Amino acid sequence: MKFIEIKNCYKVYPNGVTAIADLNLSINKGDFVFVIGHSGSGKSSLIKMLYREEKPTKGEVIVGGVNISKLKNRNVYKLRRKLGIVFQDFKLLPKLTVYENVAFALEAMGLKNNEIKPKVIKALERVGLKEKIRSFPNQLSGGEQQRVCIARAIVNEPKLLICDEPTGNLDPETSKEIMKVIETINKEMETTIIMATHDREIVNRMKKRVVVIENGVLVGDHLKGSYKANESV
Amino acid sequence: MKVFRILKRNIRDAFKSVFRNFSLSIASITCSTITLILVAIAILVSANVNNATSELKKDLTIEVFLETDIDSSDVDTIRDKIIGLNNIKEENVTYISGEEWKNELQNESDDLEAILDTLETNPLRDSFEVTVEDVTQLASTTKQINEIEGVFEAKYGEGKAERFIAMFDIIEKVTIIIVGSLVLVTIFLISNTIKLTIFSRRNEIEIMRLVGTPNLVIRLPFLFEGFILGIIGSLIPALLTIYGYILVYDKMDGYIYSNIISLIKPVNLVFYVALSVMALGAVVGMFGSYRAARKYLKI
Ligand SMILES: Nc1ncnc2c1ncn2[C@@H]1O[C@H](COP(=O)(O)OP(=O)(O)O)[C@@H](O)[C@H]1O
Ligand SMILES: [Mg+2]
Repeated sequence: MKFIEIKNCYKVYPNGVTAIADLNLSINKGDFVFVIGHSGSGKSSLIKMLYREEKPTKGEVIVGGVNISKLKNRNVYKLRRKLGIVFQDFKLLPKLTVYENVAFALEAMGLKNNEIKPKVIKALERVGLKEKIRSFPNQLSGGEQQRVCIARAIVNEPKLLICDEPTGNLDPETSKEIMKVIETINKEMETTIIMATHDREIVNRMKKRVVVIENGVLVGDHLKGSYKANESV
Repeated sequence: MKVFRILKRNIRDAFKSVFRNFSLSIASITCSTITLILVAIAILVSANVNNATSELKKDLTIEVFLETDIDSSDVDTIRDKIIGLNNIKEENVTYISGEEWKNELQNESDDLEAILDTLETNPLRDSFEVTVEDVTQLASTTKQINEIEGVFEAKYGEGKAERFIAMFDIIEKVTIIIVGSLVLVTIFLISNTIKLTIFSRRNEIEIMRLVGTPNLVIRLPFLFEGFILGIIGSLIPALLTIYGYILVYDKMDGYIYSNIISLIKPVNLVFYVALSVMALGAVVGMFGSYRAARKYLKI
């Protein structure tokens, strides 16, 4: 059994837009997978089905042996606790410090303060932000804010980290740093990474598996892949 | 312990948002206060009216006047026929002869005595005084008695109690409609207050969902907020119920008018009504927030 399996998956939105059509994909534990495609090709829709923000209209999405397309709304939180999610916009709470923002995830799971503290410190160490622990988000650069988000996503040491264009708001230099952090998490924590992006430079440099989506259809799947001319974005 | 911590945070957050959306919170609270005051008055009045009408109804009797040309065996037959009707029990039928009545009247006033003495024959008919089991059947029972042979005329009360009951029925219906609409308005206002809170906290809610907060835990603070709005709105009505009713009771010496119809004693009644009003406030508040959570918390 693969860690993630997507079988004959369709996503049709209520307005009639077919965002994903007959998509099949399997991903092993510990893999690092890029999902690339034009804007509007369906990357986010695919990603959203992985954390059960959207239900597939047809087909199955299986994560860690659980068919999450059948998951009831009230049980979605159980899935969310087992994975980390990072977005293009950082989604930090402005009134909370860096520490509190990361601790927020563990509080949501009902952990006690003495359990929370070492985990938060460790996560912030991993992303290299330990010295900013008392800062507020508006005192940080974009790259630093994104690292706080990554720390929050991995603080419970999930087996899966889902990233939807995490470098979309960052300059190339900062993007590089963020990719380094994500790659380290993949290597050191053996976290499976699925990252949607249309940043050509990143994909070409990293030499990871690349899944290409066009108009909701999977049109390419390359190990150690890169952006090709005919898959231009 | 964990539950206790969550509870504490929820109550704190709920109070915070009541103050954050101050103007709308005040509107909701005012509306529920007005509604609940009306509810309290309605309950108190209706309890007392029901109490009074049941006292009045006890006095609703049918007076059955007999023909003048009958003898005592006819009277017994008529009595048996009246008792035979299914709305009437034997012990509720009292015979008053014309003679008895005359004596009674003569004792009551000297003027009447003088008038009655000048008459050669007694103008007062023999009669029965009949109380029925089911007051709502009063009219049809009277009609049945009228059909008995030897009965000159059967009629009931002056209709005062009846008219009073009918009028109160209308008042009661109108009150229910007004209170019902006010409850709806209150729910709407509270639900809108909660909507504002939900919108002002939507980033936080989004993040909570992302990191795996159970839906129930996300909903709880909003339910609390509605609960608190409802309870705050019920405080004045509850106090008004207790002190207001006691005041009215003392002012009126415990009677509605004359000392036949009495007010219900305040103790117990006011506490029941005050508690009901608070419970209703809490329920309306939570219903409002439930509505908002259903509509605006997309979980
Ligand atoms: N919630 C939605 N309702 C309707 N259509 C949507 C929704 N989300 C995305 N879409 C549509 O689905 C298609 C794929 O969008 P998306 O998955 O966001 O692509 P990408 O992330 O690759 O830019 C687009 O045509 C988009 O307009
Ligand atoms: Mg997208």
